[in-house]
Amino acid sequence: MESNSPMVQEKMPVALSSEGIPEVYSGSATAQEQIQFITFTIGKQEYGVDIMSVREIKGWVETTLLPNTPEYMRGVLNLRGVIVPIFDLRCRFGQGQTDATKMHVIVIIAVKSRMVGILVDTVSDILTVPLNDIRAVPRMERLIDEEYLSGLVTINERMVALLNEERLFDTQLIEDGVTAGRALEA
Amino acid sequence: MSNNEFNLDQFKATYFEECAELLIDAETRLALLQQHPDAVDVEDLHAIFRVVHSVKGGAGAFSFDQLVGFAHIYETLLDKMRQGTIAITEDLITLLLAANDILTRLIQAAQDGVTLTDSNLLDITNQLKSFAEDGSHKQQEKPAPPSSQEPPQQEEQPAPARKSHYTIRFSPKPQLFQHANEPLLLVREMKQLGELSTTVNTENLPNIRKIEPDIAYFSWIFELVTDRSLADVEEVFEFVTDDCELEITVATPEPASAGLASSDEPPHTQGSTDAPEVPATSPVPEGKAAPLSPPPENIPGPLQPAGAPPTAAKVSSIRVDLDRVDRLVNMVGELVITQAMLKQQVDNLPPEFAQYMSKGFEDLGMHTREIQESVMAVRMQPVKSVFSRIPRLVRELATKLNKQVELVTLGEHTEVDKTVIEQLADPLIHMIRNSLDHGIEENAEARVAVGKPSKATVTLSAEHRSGRIHIIVTDDGRGINRERVRSKAIEKGVISPDSALSDEEIDDLIFSPGFSTADEVTDVSGRGVGMDVVRRNITNLGGRIAVQSIPGQGTKFVMSLPLTLAVLDGMIVSVGREKFVISLTSIIESLRPAIKDLHHLSNGATVVAIRGEYVRLVKLHKLFKITDAEKDPSKALVVIAEIEGGRRVGILVDELLGQQQVVIKSLEENYDPVEGISAATILGNGKVALILDVDGLNTMAKAEINELIQEKQNDYHPISEALPPPLIGTHSIEEQREAEIAECN
Repeated sequence: MESNSPMVQEKMPVALSSEGIPEVYSGSATAQEQIQFITFTIGKQEYGVDIMSVREIKGWVETTLLPNTPEYMRGVLNLRGVIVPIFDLRCRFGQGQTDATKMHVIVIIAVKSRMVGILVDTVSDILTVPLNDIRAVPRMERLIDEEYLSGLVTINERMVALLNEERLFDTQLIEDGVTAGRALEA
Repeated sequence: MSNNEFNLDQFKATYFEECAELLIDAETRLALLQQHPDAVDVEDLHAIFRVVHSVKGGAGAFSFDQLVGFAHIYETLLDKMRQGTIAITEDLITLLLAANDILTRLIQAAQDGVTLTDSNLLDITNQLKSFAEDGSHKQQEKPAPPSSQEPPQQEEQPAPARKSHYTIRFSPKPQLFQHANEPLLLVREMKQLGELSTTVNTENLPNIRKIEPDIAYFSWIFELVTDRSLADVEEVFEFVTDDCELEITVATPEPASAGLASSDEPPHTQGSTDAPEVPATSPVPEGKAAPLSPPPENIPGPLQPAGAPPTAAKVSSIRVDLDRVDRLVNMVGELVITQAMLKQQVDNLPPEFAQYMSKGFEDLGMHTREIQESVMAVRMQPVKSVFSRIPRLVRELATKLNKQVELVTLGEHTEVDKTVIEQLADPLIHMIRNSLDHGIEENAEARVAVGKPSKATVTLSAEHRSGRIHIIVTDDGRGINRERVRSKAIEKGVISPDSALSDEEIDDLIFSPGFSTADEVTDVSGRGVGMDVVRRNITNLGGRIAVQSIPGQGTKFVMSLPLTLAVLDGMIVSVGREKFVISLTSIIESLRPAIKDLHHLSNGATVVAIRGEYVRLVKLHKLFKITDAEKDPSKALVVIAEIEGGRRVGILVDELLGQQQVVIKSLEENYDPVEGISAATILGNGKVALILDVDGLNTMAKAEINELIQEKQNDYHPISEALPPPLIGTHSIEEQREAEIAECN
């Protein structure tokens, strides 16, 4: 636990500067540096992504399937002329495909120079969290390889897992992640 | 601090971009000179001079000392040439071309931050110097103007050794300093030309409280006595002409010196904005900025020849980041889709509503189409930027191969999308090499012997034809030697010895992989990676290449390319619920095979017999694991498409839905490449459809068959890819078919 927390402390500012928009944070920062997350749910689990990486939130629409791609890759859709791949987060974490309906939500996020969409159940909240409140993922409790989470936050007794989008959608790592997720499930 | 550095980098980037354009211009002009060394257009020399001068100027600003040094020497020689003090010879033009190469390399070196030290640089530098000096000697011996056809230009006459008296009124505009110019440097430079006396006008100087440190308030009158020419004096002010009012008056003490204007005419005044045809303008009052700024294209320099046809109309253009254009193209594409969608919805309205809307929608449709066309036109560029590289390639190759070749280019203003232009250069260079190396006879004697002019002609032309661009390379050489091509193809195993081929088919063999008739591998061609690569590149662009040849008379290559890579003519097909797009250029025909024409091979592949030829089927539903597709080929459709190397495959689809022009979208921008898919597009309903990569599908199908074979552990005899022999299994076709269908399920 203790050996992990410095890593998170280091990691968060790096993630911010890679977005290239640090002013927003300094503007909203009080005495202590704060960071905002958009949270969404998958079943009963709640996840968060850095609000600065979110580009758009839209309802589920039919996608075009890409042949011979992993199960969690739900095809592509047309976002104002740009072809955006959609990933099923539930499936990505090895918990089976989401039966997507109009009530499901796609969160479009920017990961490095790419735009990807993640399919989630609902978008729940915007959280403003002091950086110090972000805890490292405890080794014992994790369901998913900790690489794909950048930390945990507890707000009003809800636990929110913060996604490390860059690792999550680094396609070279995706296969490993799924295998890891399945291994943990079993 | 860091901000300043950032800005400088930005300027540097702009400078290098400009250099690249300037060099292309110089190259084009040099090619013209080379074509007509005996009828040199002075305007070309001026243009080249201006290029070198601009390169030098920019290089000076960034302290690229080596570049400045070389550009200066080069420029000196050019200056003497344009003034006519050095006769223009072919040797000299060759030297200029070499100098241009060095200049290109130096610019590259400056960009990379290195210094060039090779002997070639020194050699060319020395040659330039010695030419420049020799020229001056010659001029002393015979000051006759060069054999140029230009009308004599009074201002251009070599300056006589007598001293002239120049009165220079120099009134900087207020922003002179802001543009990083410094009058002191000009004064120093003038002092080097001759005796200088200076009068300063300080009447515009405001009260000290109101002085802005970066505003120019002074103006000057310089009296310069020198033996240098007017052009030399003007050159001092070359970089400030946009920022000042300049008036140079020449007064020569000896009125006897013929050719100088001052004796007969009022003192010739040359303002920076004067066009040659316009008589001297009345000088603008000192100290006041002219109401009009000089046109941007006006580069001060010696006057254009009077009576010369007006040079190309001034093009006012701006530099736009390609990303911005792409974004615009994207949005317009979306607009078109949205418009189509709206129209569909309006059509579904009850008639009483629809009639009010239909007129508006018609207009909207027309406007959106027009916007789309205009936006696509933004990306269009003349093929000139590629064609301009060819003359020197031809010259170099001709020298290397010891052949006399004249290059004729036609239609270089034909416009095509920028992306196509970028992809065009390599295939074109290959084709030109091929024409020179193989097409044209070994030597001039061989040509004369068959009654052709000793100098061979290679024609490169571009034209628009039915929505595509045709690029044609023609030579008047010996044509394709079909006997040799045939025997070579047999030797290399490309065809079997007993195959009967038509002349066209033999000609087509030169595009086969690994085929080369050159007996020796030279550095020009002969590695056998030439024409097949050309064909592949062109096919990848959605184009085709064909060859026509008449023995003894020459060969003609015709490349047909789409005008843009952003748009593709596609056939939309359905497989189950999925829709795919196949490029129309690769489709040969589509058919529903009869059961008797379907043959199942022991290796698991299915072939369909079409007019005696066997074409392998690519089962899309199998490769893409689409469950709700029609699996029986005799109930579905087969689209016969051409793949790499001219071979054919049959793609099994459910239905053809129609032909449509689609906008190509990259899949890789946000995801990874998907096997069998080349790109994506957006259909009229806003949904994404995938564009099939037919070659990739063929590879996938082959891989699948190999897997199957490994699984079955069967004896396997490799089947020729080009022409699968009808290896019909031992079972009857019906049984085979059932087995096949069972396997699919």
